[in-house]
Amino acid sequence: MSAESYPDDLKYHPEHDWARVEGDTATLGITWYGQDALGELVHYEPPDVGATLTKDGAYGEVESVKAVSDLIAPLSGEVVEVNRKVVDEPETVNEDPYGEGWLVRIRIADPAEADALMDADAYKSHLASL
Amino acid sequence: MSFLSLTDSDREEMLAAIGVSSVEELFREVPEGVRFRGRLDLEPALSEPELVAHLEALAARNVDTGRELSFLGAGIYDHYVPAVVDAVLQRGEFLTAYTPYQPEMSQGVLQTIFEYQTAICELTGMDVSNASGYDGTTVAADACFIAKHATGRSKVVVAETVNPQVRQVVKTYAPGFGLDVVEVPHRGGTTDPDELAAAAQEAACVLFQQPNVFGCLEPAPELAAAAGNAGALAVAHVDPVSLGVLEAPGAYGCAIAIGEGQSAGNYQSFGGPHYGFLAARAEHTRRMPGRIVGETTDAAGKRGYVLTLQTREQHIRREKATSNITTNQTLLALAGLVYLTWLGPQGLREVGETCMALSAYAKERLASAGAELLFPEKATFKEFAVRVGRNARDVIRDARARGVHPGYALGRDYAGMDDVLLVAVTEKRTPAEIDRLAGIVAEVAA
Amino acid sequence: MTKLIYERSRAGRRASSLPRHDLPRVDVPAGLARSRPPRLPEVSEPELVRHFTELSTRNFGIDTGFYPLGSCTMKHNPRVNERLVGLPGFRDLHPLQEQDGAQGALELMWRLQEILAEICGLAAVSLQPAAGSQGELTGLMLMRAYFADRGEADRREIVIPDTAHGTNPASVTMAGFELVGVKTDPRGNIDVEDLRGKVGPRTAGLMLTNPSTLGLFDENIEEIERIFHGAGALMYYDGANLNAVCGISRPGDMGFDVVHINLHKTFSQPHGGGGPGGGPIAVTKALEPFLPVPAVVRRGDDEYGLDFDRPRSIGKVRGFTGPFGVFVRSYAYLRSYGPQLREMSEAAVLNANYLLARLKDAYDLPFDRLCMHEFVLSARGLKRDHGVSALDVAKRLMDYGIHPPTIYFPLIVPEALMIEPTETEPKERLDDFCEAMLAIAREAADDPTLLREAPHDRPVRRLDEVKAAKRAVVRYGFEDHPDLSDGAARPRVAEAAQGV
Repeated sequence: MSAESYPDDLKYHPEHDWARVEGDTATLGITWYGQDALGELVHYEPPDVGATLTKDGAYGEVESVKAVSDLIAPLSGEVVEVNRKVVDEPETVNEDPYGEGWLVRIRIADPAEADALMDADAYKSHLASL
Repeated sequence: MSFLSLTDSDREEMLAAIGVSSVEELFREVPEGVRFRGRLDLEPALSEPELVAHLEALAARNVDTGRELSFLGAGIYDHYVPAVVDAVLQRGEFLTAYTPYQPEMSQGVLQTIFEYQTAICELTGMDVSNASGYDGTTVAADACFIAKHATGRSKVVVAETVNPQVRQVVKTYAPGFGLDVVEVPHRGGTTDPDELAAAAQEAACVLFQQPNVFGCLEPAPELAAAAGNAGALAVAHVDPVSLGVLEAPGAYGCAIAIGEGQSAGNYQSFGGPHYGFLAARAEHTRRMPGRIVGETTDAAGKRGYVLTLQTREQHIRREKATSNITTNQTLLALAGLVYLTWLGPQGLREVGETCMALSAYAKERLASAGAELLFPEKATFKEFAVRVGRNARDVIRDARARGVHPGYALGRDYAGMDDVLLVAVTEKRTPAEIDRLAGIVAEVAA
Repeated sequence: MTKLIYERSRAGRRASSLPRHDLPRVDVPAGLARSRPPRLPEVSEPELVRHFTELSTRNFGIDTGFYPLGSCTMKHNPRVNERLVGLPGFRDLHPLQEQDGAQGALELMWRLQEILAEICGLAAVSLQPAAGSQGELTGLMLMRAYFADRGEADRREIVIPDTAHGTNPASVTMAGFELVGVKTDPRGNIDVEDLRGKVGPRTAGLMLTNPSTLGLFDENIEEIERIFHGAGALMYYDGANLNAVCGISRPGDMGFDVVHINLHKTFSQPHGGGGPGGGPIAVTKALEPFLPVPAVVRRGDDEYGLDFDRPRSIGKVRGFTGPFGVFVRSYAYLRSYGPQLREMSEAAVLNANYLLARLKDAYDLPFDRLCMHEFVLSARGLKRDHGVSALDVAKRLMDYGIHPPTIYFPLIVPEALMIEPTETEPKERLDDFCEAMLAIAREAADDPTLLREAPHDRPVRRLDEVKAAKRAVVRYGFEDHPDLSDGAARPRVAEAAQGV
């Protein structure tokens, strides 16, 4: 699987989800720590395109053999795209959590919400405290 | 009699290793206020011979089907259980094993469950079966729960011709599940598809039984279609030993097939333990309650079996689980698998044909004895209802005084049927026994 | 590789023989008749017997060896019980037989109820629930009915500790309640201060196992009782760990209002590879009216019956009066012990403490107390130092001919190993287990690969559970079968289920 990393260009949520803000859209996924804790993913239950995400709310699920985890939205918005590759091959998240393993793309509802998220250093400190 | 292996010298060594001076000290953390200092008010311990004598005396106070010719059915039936079932169930490796959470220790049980799941899918025409539910009543509640998740609706429609205990259990589970249960009355012994269609609007599922509680054959494909047209899941509660002669629910549009497995390989045993079966179309797999076994390979590439899709279950998903079920009925389902293997497809068809032929003969003989078929126009499988001209409970009493139990008094569950008996005829009955029944009914009926 | 029974099937073979009668065949009406026969196996009796015998040899039961699964109480299953269950008066009795023809069965059930009530220190018992989980659900339904009856239907919350079995929260959901979690303190007891803030007018009750899944008796149980009853709430006892306290401490005396008992744990019903079980419930007098219907009652000196006139009953949770064959075995087991039942619990607790004393230095011990009938160790030290997990320890134990303990439960202990020997094990088996666990701890340091690739000596090597979850193949497909392949495409289940 992939090596542990937390890219600097991403924003992080304490429940181990990341957001890459690109103008008025954002791409969301789970962090290296999140996929490592779950183990190899076997199932991804995505939201529908058009669904509304609320910051800090659950928007879908991922499962390994032994665990199931809610996906927590770092930002509010409307789903514009779901990564079908992860639906078909959930282990993509373990292999490349920040690249091919992205989960959804949303149109951001409130850009100010991104300010409340952690940067990579803050997230790494958060992990150290767990 | 106890089953302990400890001797006094064992105890001494062990207490020393622990670092306490007495067994009593091991309980020092139990607060005195809740400590039971008395002696349990129980009868003295029995040695094995005394125990056997006591239980034999209790058993002797029961009138079982070896002592009384019986035509009792209504959900539990006196079908033949072959000797191979007993032989397999007594293998200690099956009998005394736990749930196969450690698959490398449990390939025997896992493979039998996989084979059982396959058999249930073949019988019902479905894609996925679980490893069993508690019995034929609770699997109906399970099916309603699946339907609620699948459709987002909370109305559940149940035909009145479904066994009364099944309906009662569904109603007991309904408040906790947030379900509204609506019943559709029977019309002349079966369910009217148009009435069902009307009730099925906005329903999560429609539950009907085939053959139904009166032994009658429902217009099952039309009932399934009525459900489907309303966007509800069609759930068929079926008799496993009928499925050699009756169509598989999967072939006529059902989403879920359930039933009581007892007729296939279990003794009557005063109502349990038995097994409920539950099978569904592939799209409902992740909503299924209970254990499911899947095929895989081991580190050397060899085929093996494991519990799979466990994230549905309580030990992982906890409060969001598809069910709280843990212990189910594996040993009894194994009995079912052995029975179906013993029968084979030919044997299953023969059991069905024999039940139908013998019950047709019984209908004729009872008609000549003065009993009147309640639903003469309806085709039946192994049970049928007859009017006996006076209170059925009294007819039962008088027939039993002559050594025959003639059937179930339907008036306990259905209005206007106080003089109706439900007569079950399995492949264990003979024409001579049926003649005897008819003779007695002629004497004791009005 | 072992063949499936379907792979042994050959057209024209058959084990069964059935009586034939010279009666006309009755046709099933068109539209209702079977169109394609089910593909059940076609085998002779000798091959049937060989097949299932072979499968049994690939399985490990209590009869095979030591089976220290925590929380499962894998005690010996007495053989006499199997003889008793097979008596025709029990085995061939129809549940709808007239009550005067079932007096032996009804008497057995009534007496079993009385015994269980005495052990629990409670007033009334229903034997109806089919398993512990169903007992939990039934108990919660009783609580809901009780509060509705008193006009307190807004009590919607059930408090559950973080050490609870997954069945507890699942049952809470099925009963229509809401879950409130409470933490465990460093001594392994419920954190009473955390609890105080969580119990109030919306609380219906507590669900607790005592001793807990950590194998520890809650030292604050009396204070917990004051908190819940003081708030007008009820207390539910999960009887999974009853084996530790029979004749020592009764749930009714601890203050519990509803108890479920696992007949397949404490009272010797064989586990059968996953069931059947029995989950009877015992309740206080106040809750008795709500018990499932029918009730088994005694009507006279020697007359027993079923009482269907229970207007406040929650209804029915299972067919008939419950899993009767399970009652026969448990009743026989309890009559074998009589009042000496306490010796069973004392031996269970002694055996567990002996193992704890011998193993606690080689593994991490999360709670340094005497245990009850089971205890929890952690393999986190092995993971940190040698990269081997509780799973690897479990798989390596198999090579020593011992069934692994429960792993990864309770959730609050990382790399948990939950060990319950039960009272029926002799000291030599306990010593063998300790030797094996100590050897494995050494192997973890010297040769961790041996653990990570274990088991080596079972019929299969470590199985790929990820593959089974990703592409769930849940039935035999017949595609390669010489006689029965019909070329019909049948969905491979997981693909059809993806994304739904």
